[in-house]
Amino acid sequence: MPKTCFEKIWENHVIANLAPNVDLLNVDWHFVTDVRSRAFKSIEDRGLPVRNPERTIGIIDHVVSSEPGRTGGWAEWSDMHIQNMREGCAKHGLRLFDVNDAGQGIAHVVAPQLGIAQPGTLILCADSHTSTLGGLGALAWGIGFSEVIHVLATQTIVQRKPKTMRIRFDGRLEGHVEAKDVALYMIGRFGTAGGMGYAVEFAGPVIDTMSVEQRMTICNLAVEFGAKVGLVSPDEKTVAYLAGRSYAPVDTDLGEAATSWLALRSDDDAIYDADLALPVSELKPQITWGTSPEDTIAIDGVVPYPDEADTSAKQAAWQASLDYMGLTPGAPIVGTPVDRVFIGSCTNARLSDLEAVAELVKGRKVASRVEAWVVPGSQQVKRDAERAGLDRIFIEAGFQWREPSCSLCAGANGELVPKGQRCVSTSNRNFVGRQGPGARTHLSSPATAAAAALAGMIADVRSF
Amino acid sequence: MTQFTATTGPAASLLLPNINTDLIVPVARSVRYARGELGPWLFETLRYGSDGRENPDFILNIEPFRHTRILLGGENFGCGSSRETAVWALLDFGIQSVIAPSFGEIFYNNCFQNGILPIVLPSSLVTSLHEEAVEGNPVMTIDLEAQQIQTPRRTLSFDVEAFRRTMLLEGIDEVELTLRRNGEIEAFQKSDAKRRSWMRWDEPSIIV
Repeated sequence: MPKTCFEKIWENHVIANLAPNVDLLNVDWHFVTDVRSRAFKSIEDRGLPVRNPERTIGIIDHVVSSEPGRTGGWAEWSDMHIQNMREGCAKHGLRLFDVNDAGQGIAHVVAPQLGIAQPGTLILCADSHTSTLGGLGALAWGIGFSEVIHVLATQTIVQRKPKTMRIRFDGRLEGHVEAKDVALYMIGRFGTAGGMGYAVEFAGPVIDTMSVEQRMTICNLAVEFGAKVGLVSPDEKTVAYLAGRSYAPVDTDLGEAATSWLALRSDDDAIYDADLALPVSELKPQITWGTSPEDTIAIDGVVPYPDEADTSAKQAAWQASLDYMGLTPGAPIVGTPVDRVFIGSCTNARLSDLEAVAELVKGRKVASRVEAWVVPGSQQVKRDAERAGLDRIFIEAGFQWREPSCSLCAGANGELVPKGQRCVSTSNRNFVGRQGPGARTHLSSPATAAAAALAGMIADVRSF
Repeated sequence: MTQFTATTGPAASLLLPNINTDLIVPVARSVRYARGELGPWLFETLRYGSDGRENPDFILNIEPFRHTRILLGGENFGCGSSRETAVWALLDFGIQSVIAPSFGEIFYNNCFQNGILPIVLPSSLVTSLHEEAVEGNPVMTIDLEAQQIQTPRRTLSFDVEAFRRTMLLEGIDEVELTLRRNGEIEAFQKSDAKRRSWMRWDEPSIIV
């Protein structure tokens, strides 16, 4: 019987069936990020050991400052979480990528870069954007705190098998239209609950031609589409991406692994519970205007009127969004003055994202009214960018070149956009208060964010 | 897992779609406070003004909803961040059940882990429960054993997965249940190590 990539990986991890549609699955890798540092005390309070300490890695990403020269974080809770991580990892024998270690960075940027996330691996982390790793053909999703304790104690997860969905992106992307634009468009079109209950496989010619890093951006945003799991069938690009990375197999092992990885591709005649196609040839750069990732318009569009929403509940939500964002219905989004620009996060802080920004800002200047940050996703991204001279380009253009952290995406390290300020951000959530109380967030691709930094207002990158 | 059998109390409505976990508890409270300390920060941005005073129009600041046991929510309730503190904040406030047309998946699962019962009902039924609560007596009873919601006017049935229902009714701990299967886990890991001999569980040095 033909199978989807998702089904193959799921079946490879079933230890036992517990109830109809409920399985006990083996967990290959588990990441504990700093904001879940209380997990160690919880498992100790229960008197339970960590079952497989070699399969959990500690990460410092949310609470650590992104300021150059940092040794910790500025938030009042930063030191507590970092200390908990150090003590917990040491006590239980877990590897920790500490503040300035070579492997430090945002969990979902680090896991692929080090070759930990491989096709067919099942990876969990108490962070909803763990779905990012699906870009490499890993089955990965975000879990809750209670489940962290379960994984630490048993190296397994109790899980209901979701339905399967395929979204085919057809056509070819125009210049300056990136994976982020495709994902925002999809969420705008189908809503933040569009993928709810499904493991979503992204496919089609647009995915085939995309780099592995761009695929990660789309899978990262699967959770903003309502799906816990986003996935791309592994291909030769995936194998090439992994070869030579720290945790990747070498020599004959790599060949054996690659054969096994490629066999995980969805069969051509596999059946999905939902199968959608989205033509994207005409797609323009996208940007959000409201406080949900589904509040997306094309860059040359206008801010919508609340009465255009299809339900009264949505009309109320749109009005509240407009009030919070300080926008006027009917006004073009281009030209809206911007105070901050944030290039960073697990969505868009990989090397290729930084390259897209550098290409645009080279030899240009950030508008004087704008404070613009580039926060690389990991120490490896930072090293690679500096080797390529990107840091010089950013600094000369007037960007701050900072240290790897989740930083302004989540504000968990005390770095915030001040109340009332408007930030064009390459991150994943434009929720009320997400970047700080009263902060106004517009989500966009790295190129569109860079254009806003240069123009001092929301701008169409295609005109640069 | 905490036990849940039934709850009775006022039902408050927050019917906006896409209420996310950042809105349920902001990150600054989520990372600062532990379980048991989060009640005051539930819906902080809605509940208090920028001066820190209670917003008198917000439902949870109005009697009898200060003692809300049941929350009526909109589509995709609890979407966004995986933070379990969102569930703890509800629990610390005293909320034991959330009724909505759909839920963010991680939040939905986190509810069961903590003895909060999330109930999925069609949007029209959630709206009519809301109207009933606004017009008259907002007190409802949710009975998991009977799988029923009782209001002063009527009784509604709801569905819940049988396995989850049993776990909640009996307060069975998921970790304890899985630990009993250690033999199966051991056997799986052994055969998996043969199937994927290239997996590295050592600590390779980081290639820079």
